[in-house]
Amino acid sequence: MAPLLRVSELQTHYFSFGGSRVVKAVDGVNFTLREGETIGLVGESGCGKTTTCLSVVGLLPPAARIVGGSIEFAGEELTTKRPREMRRVRGRQIAMILQDPMASLNPLFSIYWQVAEPAYHHQGVRGRSLLKRVQDLLQAVRIASPEVRMREYPHQMSGGMRQRVVGAIAMAGGPKLIIADEPTTNLDVTIQAQYLEVLKDIQQESGVALIFVTHNLGIVAKMCDKMAVMYAGKIVEQGTVRDLFRAPKHPYTQALLGSMPKLGSKEPLYAIPGQPPNLARLPSGCAFHPRCAYVMPRCMTQEPEDRRLAPDWTARCWLLDQEAKEKYVSAIA
Amino acid sequence: MVSIIDETNAAAVAVGGREFASVPGRWTKLVRELPVLPLAILVPFILIALFADFIAPYDPTEPIPGAKIFEPPFWMQGGNMHALLGTDFQSRDVLSRLIFGARVSLIVGVTGTVVAGGIGTALGILAAYLGGWVDQVIMRITDAWLALPGLVFAIFLATMVGPSMWNIVIILGLVFWTRYARVIRGEVLSLREREFVKLAEIAGGSRTRVILRHILPNVMNSTMVLASLTIGVVIIAEASLSFLGVGVPPPEPAWGSMLSDGRSMLMVGDWWLTVFPGLGILLVVLATQLLGDWLRVRLDPQLRNL
Amino acid sequence: MSAPLLELQLLQKYFPVSTGVLRRRKTGWVKAVDGVDFAIYPGETLGLIGESGCGKTTTSKLILLQEAPTAGTIRFDGEDIASLKGQELMRYRREVQVVFQDPYSSLSPRMRVGDIIAEPLEIHTDLSRRELAGRVAEVLELVGLQPDLARLFPHEFSGGQRQRIAIARALATNTRLIVLDEAVSALDVSIRAQIMNQLEHLQQTLGVSYLFIGHDLATVAHISDRIAVMYLGQIVELAESLELCAGPLHPYTQALFTAALPSHPDQRHEKLRITGEVPSALNPPSGCRFHPRCPHAMPQCAVEAPVRKEIAPQHTVACHLY
Repeated sequence: MAPLLRVSELQTHYFSFGGSRVVKAVDGVNFTLREGETIGLVGESGCGKTTTCLSVVGLLPPAARIVGGSIEFAGEELTTKRPREMRRVRGRQIAMILQDPMASLNPLFSIYWQVAEPAYHHQGVRGRSLLKRVQDLLQAVRIASPEVRMREYPHQMSGGMRQRVVGAIAMAGGPKLIIADEPTTNLDVTIQAQYLEVLKDIQQESGVALIFVTHNLGIVAKMCDKMAVMYAGKIVEQGTVRDLFRAPKHPYTQALLGSMPKLGSKEPLYAIPGQPPNLARLPSGCAFHPRCAYVMPRCMTQEPEDRRLAPDWTARCWLLDQEAKEKYVSAIA
Repeated sequence: MVSIIDETNAAAVAVGGREFASVPGRWTKLVRELPVLPLAILVPFILIALFADFIAPYDPTEPIPGAKIFEPPFWMQGGNMHALLGTDFQSRDVLSRLIFGARVSLIVGVTGTVVAGGIGTALGILAAYLGGWVDQVIMRITDAWLALPGLVFAIFLATMVGPSMWNIVIILGLVFWTRYARVIRGEVLSLREREFVKLAEIAGGSRTRVILRHILPNVMNSTMVLASLTIGVVIIAEASLSFLGVGVPPPEPAWGSMLSDGRSMLMVGDWWLTVFPGLGILLVVLATQLLGDWLRVRLDPQLRNL
Repeated sequence: MSAPLLELQLLQKYFPVSTGVLRRRKTGWVKAVDGVDFAIYPGETLGLIGESGCGKTTTSKLILLQEAPTAGTIRFDGEDIASLKGQELMRYRREVQVVFQDPYSSLSPRMRVGDIIAEPLEIHTDLSRRELAGRVAEVLELVGLQPDLARLFPHEFSGGQRQRIAIARALATNTRLIVLDEAVSALDVSIRAQIMNQLEHLQQTLGVSYLFIGHDLATVAHISDRIAVMYLGQIVELAESLELCAGPLHPYTQALFTAALPSHPDQRHEKLRITGEVPSALNPPSGCRFHPRCPHAMPQCAVEAPVRKEIAPQHTVACHLY
């Protein structure tokens, strides 16, 4: 079966100062997502994960442009669509959940109107069926007494509840794909747990595919089937969550996992030396090499290519290239 | 509750965002990106004002020997090369008076602004940082002061203390400080809550230290922008006072009094007595406004919407 | 066990709430901190964990003398800090410092980093310029930064580096206690690990104590020797870090553990049994404040507030279950 979303060699650059300065925010990203699958897009600030998502939904800021690659969604190519066409895709087929629920909700409209809007516009639902639809959606996100709460306004609700409303709005158009960009960063721990469970339930019941953008590997471990680790605009490793957590192949993935404190263990954390890269001035060769514990001479001059380790597992690192490794080992012997 | 700080600043730096630079580091960058037009106007005027003694052909307060009154500029009929821009009602050289008048306007404009800025900034900081009744008192005074019609008040003060250049400077300072006080107070109110200020307090810093080392340097940007925007206003105010006869006293040349003196001659066509000083005022004020605008956008994002 | 460095006893901070437009009447109290006791010993890290509204920020403000307590005492080296004046107050300010969450607003933008770090020294000591520079260099090295960076301005550093500078400033004056108020929460994961390791190293070298306030259980548990769990203005459980992780006793602590994100996809996790939102501190529930949300609530819980008792060695809980 054809995948729901296929992103191939996506390149999105930011232009500034009249085109003289280019930041390659996304530089050759490939991943696929089948219907009903969840993928976690993981990385630290500036790695390009948010830009990737904005590229998919066509909401890039004016300074950014997709300069290469393709985004195939449900059989259609998104990069060539005109803004009007993208508007039809957004909300109806692809929905987004953002980090700050207060910014996502309009303070002047009631919850009912905001949840109803996608169904009203994209599916033409009206009247009593619209009312029922809103109630069902609010119930799906576990908001108690939806008939009462839907007449309320965003400022009357708590942060966790607002984020759930945002989830309901996302589901209202009946999308095939939801992109959630750090939706729980502003929530308290227990509220976050409740919210993630709600999200997981919705996802399993409706079969919607989910892209979860986060810097927090714990969320990925809990919510996602697959994960793609991004660094400096490229995906450095992607595969199933199980594979990557058990035996990560890329040094950055290993380092990220090692730097997570684990409950109940006082093992020293692995702290990646150095700083995340400045996208305007990337290092030569592999962008991670200045911080890599296993750096070889080749890493400094040549960018590694994607190597397939298993049907669903790729990583880009010279360590995986036997030839390169042998050359190095013999050189230092 | 918690949001992740962008570790790289890459996107911000790259996407042409303004760079939050420090004062010393910013000066070098500033020089490379100076606005040409305002400076093209101001620098010559400043130089003229500085070197007036060397540039002006004649003493501005003395009549030119051998000249007639109301001689037109040299390119007109009846004009003479010995008085390039003509003479006034006392046969004094208009050009020389223009040059020395520039000095007066600029000096009064700048020092008046400095006095206004000094008073206003100090009061604004004290009101916002000390709060409580100090704030109330200062704010009430500001409100009351604003209710006074500026120019009328200036005239009143000028007639009380007698006109002289330095008196005018102080008077103008007293008229214009309120706009600083308001703006600076607002800024300090929010600055006061910033963490680095709290940290200085927690570390045991005295109020004086906190004000001088933490609050003041961070309002200097706004003060400077306000100042550049106010200079024009002060210059016009000085010109108005001189025009009305209560500014810089004769025979010291000032553009405003030149305007006043030459006004009646406009009717008979002797335009050079008013047009040149008027042009001078126009150009200098325009240049300072443009400079101020540029400075505002460049230095302080908070004032961008003023 | 040596004498505690900092001791909070029966600490209360109530904020008055008044309504009415013309005549402000007091209608109630926000009981932000309501009976908090704990102690921090020299050279140890006490973690303070809780969600928003639990009172940990207010507690920190009380310790830093930014607010005065409504009742109760805070003792530093045995002396009540509320009664400190003059020289002794300055001594307290010198020995207790704080590092805040946001690295971008905690450093004065127009001061050079060296001056920022030297400021506490300037306030409290009489060192000459050269001695100050020397101490600044020393402390920069302690936090892993090169001494010649002292002449730069804050904006030239990244977030993680700024936090190091903030830590350096906090250490400059032979500090004995640093309050770390969500100090690593806003940093990227890899940088967070760097800073945490640095903090632990500094503690081992200098013997400074930390009050580590945070909301992420794994982070707090990792760096802390003991952990205090706060809920709605009260400490509901206090135990050694590993002991707490092995067996949390209070239902709220248990909920926090259940809600914590797994560190591995295979990790078994139970369903979260806590419901509802954190109630406001304006009208806290009667009896045990947690009872409306507690899966184990008994009739007694709504009536009588539980007292914190020692259930296991060094492990205290405030719950009627025990």
